Amino acid sequence: MEATIEKNNLPEQDVEKGTSLWADAYTRLKKNKLAMIGGIIVIAILFLCFILAPILSFFGFSANSQDLDKTFSGIGQNGYILGSDNLGRDLMMRVLEGGQISLLVAILATVLTVTIGIIYGGIAGYVGGRIGGFMMRIVDGLLAMPFLIIVILFREIIGGHVNETAHFLTSEWGWHKDTVDRFANLIPLTLAIAGFGWLTMGRIVRASAASLAKQEFVEAARSLGLSHRRILFRHMLPNMLGPVIIYATLTIPSFILYEATLSFIGLGIEPPNSSWGKLIKEGANFLESYPTVLVIPAILFSLTLFAFNFLGDGLRDALDPKASKD
Amino acid sequence: MTKLILSRVLQTLLVVFFLVTFVFFAVRAIPGNPFVSEKKTTEQERAALEAYYGLDKPLPVQYFNYWKNILTRGDFGDSLGMKGRKVSTLIKESFPVSLKLGLLSLFFGLIIGIPLGIIAALYHNKWQDYIAMIVAMAGICVVAFVLGPIFQLVFGKPLPILNVAGWSRSSDILLPAITLCFGVAAYLARLTRGGMLDVLSQDYIRTARAKGVPTMKIITKHAMRPALMPAVTYLGPAFAAIITGSFVVETIFLVPGMGQHFVTGITSNDYNLVLGLVLFYGILMGIANLLSDIALLFMDPKLRKA
Repeated sequence: MEATIEKNNLPEQDVEKGTSLWADAYTRLKKNKLAMIGGIIVIAILFLCFILAPILSFFGFSANSQDLDKTFSGIGQNGYILGSDNLGRDLMMRVLEGGQISLLVAILATVLTVTIGIIYGGIAGYVGGRIGGFMMRIVDGLLAMPFLIIVILFREIIGGHVNETAHFLTSEWGWHKDTVDRFANLIPLTLAIAGFGWLTMGRIVRASAASLAKQEFVEAARSLGLSHRRILFRHMLPNMLGPVIIYATLTIPSFILYEATLSFIGLGIEPPNSSWGKLIKEGANFLESYPTVLVIPAILFSLTLFAFNFLGDGLRDALDPKASKD
Repeated sequence: MTKLILSRVLQTLLVVFFLVTFVFFAVRAIPGNPFVSEKKTTEQERAALEAYYGLDKPLPVQYFNYWKNILTRGDFGDSLGMKGRKVSTLIKESFPVSLKLGLLSLFFGLIIGIPLGIIAALYHNKWQDYIAMIVAMAGICVVAFVLGPIFQLVFGKPLPILNVAGWSRSSDILLPAITLCFGVAAYLARLTRGGMLDVLSQDYIRTARAKGVPTMKIITKHAMRPALMPAVTYLGPAFAAIITGSFVVETIFLVPGMGQHFVTGITSNDYNLVLGLVLFYGILMGIANLLSDIALLFMDPKLRKA
């Protein structure tokens, strides 16, 4: 009895305070411990690879300088915090800089995926009818192709052209060779992964665009005479962000995995650049005598995949409670 | 039912056609030449080799000839990298290896993944569920190329029946198959859990519970079949993916399967080999999808009527 009386005495704005979709989702996400831990780990790893590693390299730590007297140092030996590899290179710096490449490839490819997916899927869903259907049949056909095989082929083709361009930039325009080479190595892989990775995103966006296009607010926008582009990107896009964010978070780990797989079989990142897949491959050669060389990159790699997947699952539960069955 | 199967077959043929067309031109666009190896080949030698393999003809003619040879004689052409060997022989030798490995790891994946998913669904949001899902996530995140070397280290030495690498004894299949199975098991567990949760919230299960049917019987008699449908849908693509996706495991354990041929084919510009493998893989994928469709037809009477 007392509680009701008290509630009635409260000032009105306190009772009526509404929460937005995003605030709701955040409250739900906060309750999901695994997802929160995943999010924290993701931020920590991004911090280590993109902020700490450049700072360390500024202070003289290097991922590529060799010291053949100090090969296979253990953890903490010879001044190497995480030991050194078969050529006496600092394992900690190698893991961090390798992570930079792995994450850059995955994040850039995801950004491309999201962009292409939103434009293609959005148009297909908004236009609908025969044209939209035809656009989606193309996606279905491409999805039926073996992903890894096509990505490998794409990378090889793009790689040749990019190498020519890189050569041109360094020799003719005098660009910094190391930087150009670094990106020349990364771009074909990124484009190849994104070139076939956007298909599922396109499908997801189309599905939500198609259902939004039938709703009243879109009809209202149309009757106000707004342009198609404005309706699609100003009115519909904000309402499609939920599924896009969820799927993008789950796309990053799968792209990290593709990059690592390709680098592992020798069709990905090339030396002197390194990525987690490459480091694991190198480490596997010395596993029996010096397990740290494999275990350290493997732990960081698996941890990253875990973190992104848990965060993505958590976001799905939070943003789309209806669809969170599995 | 025949209509569905027919449309599936047609769909597969269409996909295979586009796949081969795409790959035919794509492999030729890769920089490099199949006949430039470490041994210096002169310009004349190269021209002679290209003429011998018909690579000097214009692309459309080559493309037409490729189909003609396949359709009239079932000939996938000669390997350009491994001289004197036909692509069909290479596939004939390596496919049984990949198939055996794929089937065994699929089997392991099934017996681990499905019980895990069912347990997780039965104890939804309890600790058993969390543990099962963390284990499943581990199967996805601790990937084959991390697991493989670790397995070699852990099992290779203390258990002399298991060779660390190679393909000479029948027990050599075990380590690569176990390494491969975890990814499949993880996806199966997640799909089974999702399907089971879906089914368990249905009215007819509540009715069965209300009648006092024991839980075990509810699961095996009533819930199991519809709950497994998402997993069965996944099995087709999973099987095809395992067979080519075993690139990594094949390199780690030195298994003479199809994956190694694909990788060497790409790096040595062996057009015919790559194309033959992709064509074969496309057909395989179609068959795998068809089989899982047929299995679904048997499981779901509603689909049979449609």
